[in-house]
Amino acid sequence: MKTRSTSRAVRTPGGLSVRLDLRALIVVGLLLAAACAAGVALIGTGDAKIPASDVLRTLAGNGTAYQDFIVNELRLPRVLVGLLVGASLGLGGALFQSVSRNPLGSPDVLGLSQGSTAGALVVIVLMSGSATQVTLGALIGGLATGLAVYLLAWKQGVHGYRLVLVGIGVNAVMTAVNGYLLTKADLVDAARAVVWMTGSLNGRDWDQVWPLLAMGAALVPLVLVNARGLRMTEMGDDVSNALGVRVQRVRLVLVVSAVLLTAAATAAAGPVGFVALTAPQLARRLTRSPGPNLVPSLCMGAVLLVAADWASQRVFGADQLPVGVVTGVLGGGYLLWLLVAERRAGRI
Amino acid sequence: MSGANPNTPRSTVNRLSAENVTLAYDQRIIAEQLSVEIPDNSFTVIVGPNACGKSTLLRSLSRMLKPSRGRVLLDGQVIQSMPAKKVARTLGLLPQSAVAPDGITVADLVGRGRYPHQGLLRQWSAEDERVVQESMHRTGVAELAERYVDELSGGQRQRVWIAMALAQQTPLLLLDEPTTYLDIQHQIDVLDLCAELHETQGRTLVAVLHDLNHAARYATHLIALRGGRVVAEGAPNDIVTAELVEEVFGLRCQVIDDPETGTPLIVPAARKARTRTEAAAS
Repeated sequence: MKTRSTSRAVRTPGGLSVRLDLRALIVVGLLLAAACAAGVALIGTGDAKIPASDVLRTLAGNGTAYQDFIVNELRLPRVLVGLLVGASLGLGGALFQSVSRNPLGSPDVLGLSQGSTAGALVVIVLMSGSATQVTLGALIGGLATGLAVYLLAWKQGVHGYRLVLVGIGVNAVMTAVNGYLLTKADLVDAARAVVWMTGSLNGRDWDQVWPLLAMGAALVPLVLVNARGLRMTEMGDDVSNALGVRVQRVRLVLVVSAVLLTAAATAAAGPVGFVALTAPQLARRLTRSPGPNLVPSLCMGAVLLVAADWASQRVFGADQLPVGVVTGVLGGGYLLWLLVAERRAGRI
Repeated sequence: MSGANPNTPRSTVNRLSAENVTLAYDQRIIAEQLSVEIPDNSFTVIVGPNACGKSTLLRSLSRMLKPSRGRVLLDGQVIQSMPAKKVARTLGLLPQSAVAPDGITVADLVGRGRYPHQGLLRQWSAEDERVVQESMHRTGVAELAERYVDELSGGQRQRVWIAMALAQQTPLLLLDEPTTYLDIQHQIDVLDLCAELHETQGRTLVAVLHDLNHAARYATHLIALRGGRVVAEGAPNDIVTAELVEEVFGLRCQVIDDPETGTPLIVPAARKARTRTEAAAS
């Protein structure tokens, strides 16, 4: 992929300067607009259809009581969860792919989603727990798996290929655990488990919005502060060390952030497949900028998830098809294309 | 033959030195009780046979490898205890394993050398811009600024990496085998560039080189290592003799004056001559 730098420096007389990539800024702007548009369309979609103009008026607080209930109580939280989950997955995926220097190094492939699923299945199958407990179980499962992958891949620091290979191994183990747990389940629990495992935004409310929002508010600034160091590590450990980057510290902070983001997103919506894998790659192709493209990936993740949810509702009717199926089909196709392209380029 | 370079009196404190360091990867010890001083403003070249520890020494001098014993001092401070960015403003390293990120332009890569001078609110100053331009001019890659690094030839690419290291603006610059994998004309090209940087900018250069003749021609200070131990150090004219080459590399040779520069030139003994002397000895 070829890129030309379009970055410009903005300087103040006081000696402060910020480097901005114009093309990336435009891409981020367009993606944000697309995310909002998809969100409004998604709010208007369902058994009770509401035109976009009415949705906007109701969001501003000027709708009828009926519209207010549908929009602000029922559908807005679902859309917000979708945006936040997509953004978290997009950012988490971009971080993992940059740290592993491999487009396959995304949380889906590294076993994090399977780890979250295992946590959720333990609660559903063995404890018949409540929805909140399932969320908690998924969170713990994701974090524990992330920790396990990181520790197993550690050998005087974490490096790309080892992270991917260890992750694939952990993924296989967790898939086996999940298969075993499902065979132990009775029919009702198994049906509940399968719905959770597909990844869905159905019935999400404000209780899921706040934890995701808090997590994002804490982690996004932390990630962005370390983003410059991450860009440097793409030149190899020695070069970036020589340039004064504390490589392993930057990597630890960012991997932990990525694990938290991914685990929180998966706990809220189930393992929605392939968003973390595809969002950074698509963002990169739009910005045509080398480097991790963190903010564009975040926006792209939000757009992808909400657009996929909207598409599944438009085509198959409200709540008929969980969003994870759509992202799985689209993302799986994309993954195949990526593998073929990488193979043609002689990289795998 | 071993000992301090007579040109650098012991009373002056050099900026970079290793004191009694033991260097090891995991349990494998490469060097023990090794002490080395890099004379200020020198073009120091470290030579020695494969696996003598020359790259390992360079890695420890640039704090990529922490000595298991002893210490590396930069400006009188233990290098590991200094803030990473402060070290990076004083000492640059061009390692062998440099990878250019996919789809990066020359100007962008050279610009990354400015990292230790930047901060969250000082991301790209006018000074950064100026230094990057100057570094590209000095290394002759300015006209390649908008080209992609992966489209360049090996020699051009090495110039770009050197430009990146120059943009770091460090008084000390360490180069790990900068000529490896290059054709002979590009090897000389890179070494001429190093010599020019040393002469015109007064930077202290430390390079690991494989080719003893290149080392003897370009170095102002030579460190010969064998088995993790300094066999000799000093100006090439003072220390490079047939005996030294035999001791360090196990190679019989003649040392003659380089017709171009007057520096020592190593001419390996021919096979026939060797068999004749062996026959005479028996």
